[in-house]
Amino acid sequence: MPSALINVPAKARRGDVIEIKTLMSHIMETGYRHTASGAVVPRDIITNFTCRYNGTEIFRADFYPAISANPFITFFTTATESGKFEFEWTGDKGFSETASAAITVE
Amino acid sequence: MTVPRHRTRRDVVRGAAAVAAAALACPSVAQAAPRVAVIGGGFGGAACARALRRLDPRLQVMLIEPNTTFTACPLSNEVIAGLRELRAQQFTYDKVAADGIVVVAQAAKSIDAQARAIGFADGEKLSYDRLVLAPGIELRFDAVPGYDEAASVQMPHAWKAGEQTVLLRRQLEAMDNGGLVVIAVPAAPLRCPPAPYERASLIAHYLKTRKPRSKVLVLDAKDNYSQQKLFEKAWEELYPGMIERIGLSQGGRVTSVDAATNAIVTDFGNYTAAVANVIPPQKAGHIAEISGTADHTGWCPIDPVTFASKLVPNIHVIGDACIAGGIPKSASAASAQGKACAAAIINALAGKPPETPRLDGACYNTVAPGYAFSLKGIYQPKADQYAESEVTTSPVAASRDVRQREAEQALDWFKTITVDAFG
Repeated sequence: MPSALINVPAKARRGDVIEIKTLMSHIMETGYRHTASGAVVPRDIITNFTCRYNGTEIFRADFYPAISANPFITFFTTATESGKFEFEWTGDKGFSETASAAITVE
Repeated sequence: MTVPRHRTRRDVVRGAAAVAAAALACPSVAQAAPRVAVIGGGFGGAACARALRRLDPRLQVMLIEPNTTFTACPLSNEVIAGLRELRAQQFTYDKVAADGIVVVAQAAKSIDAQARAIGFADGEKLSYDRLVLAPGIELRFDAVPGYDEAASVQMPHAWKAGEQTVLLRRQLEAMDNGGLVVIAVPAAPLRCPPAPYERASLIAHYLKTRKPRSKVLVLDAKDNYSQQKLFEKAWEELYPGMIERIGLSQGGRVTSVDAATNAIVTDFGNYTAAVANVIPPQKAGHIAEISGTADHTGWCPIDPVTFASKLVPNIHVIGDACIAGGIPKSASAASAQGKACAAAIINALAGKPPETPRLDGACYNTVAPGYAFSLKGIYQPKADQYAESEVTTSPVAASRDVRQREAEQALDWFKTITVDAFG
């Protein structure tokens, strides 16, 4: 039941440094755990996160099994123009989720 | 009516001098009875002081507590919801004093662990052989931006029973029908982990009966909590659609507040409350910090068998302030720890090896009048920390008769634990 939470300021002045927050619900199963009967619980993690600002990639992260469940990523960027931030998470078992948020730059 | 008289430190010092003089006058008495001081007169401290006297009536026991009235937290959520009066939560130290415990109605200002002395504001000192700290919690007014002590007047925490409890109740009473009540819950560890949810339930009860268009929103820095299934079932049964909870992974962690506008901000949302109950993160009470018994976490590491501080010699720490592994911070745990600590001190003073404690804890949650459930546990030291050795939670599927009986048991439990501590 994946779901993304995004926090991008709705408005900013040109040149402002803005904070962007994202949270993706995900179990982030490490692949190192075993069931009671000894079978390995298969790895199921998000492996990649990207953010594009009007089509240009401004942030990227690779995830590994040490990242906790429900990864919370926050980063800063400079507001340059009005438009759209697009977020994408991909991972094991064909995991792929997207989200977007608009910003007005004055 | 008699006015209770609390002995001052001067009386204590004089008393101690008299004991010393008697010892000098009578060479056959090798030494005065050991002196055990207990700082903090809550459930842990009061139960510990009384247990010390009960186990060894020769001991000189001092209970240092600046408040002359104790206001109990358990059942105080019912006061907030208008189901109980604050005075039913209040107790004095008269019976503690009647046990022969010297009650010092002053705040300890410093502890000199080398000299084994407690300092007071006016420079007087009290010496001890063993010291028990039962300081409870201190609210961290530096943890949530915008939430300091001044903000707590507008956005009460009501996490220490007393004025704050009444303040939250008055705000609910003054609120219009249709208002949003927001409860901000911190991450663990916190005093009485299920209490925020009991509070949400009882506030919903008040709103349902008086202001039915209102709602409760719980913003939570945790995903899971104690007795969650029982609470969720009760909310569905009793308050459908009235309580919404946003957990950590849904963005429920509160990142800042603004008392001027009653605004509460999370990583992913902004909320404006009609009534805001902000429960900030907590740490061990102030005296723990100045005594050096608290570590970088703000809480006090202890030896689970004796409650001896791992950081400062001859000091024991009990109750909410100590790091007790699997034991939830609760009145019940503090009381059990107080008694076990008393036994450990008696053994230590007699040069006997400590016995391994087995602590009982009980935690009742009343979610509506005549509707309660509980968690009961037995806790024992395991690998240098307390672990649950047995935990029983009320069944999720149970008849209203069962819930009714538990509500009655909750009142019996409160009576027992308060009589234990305050007589």
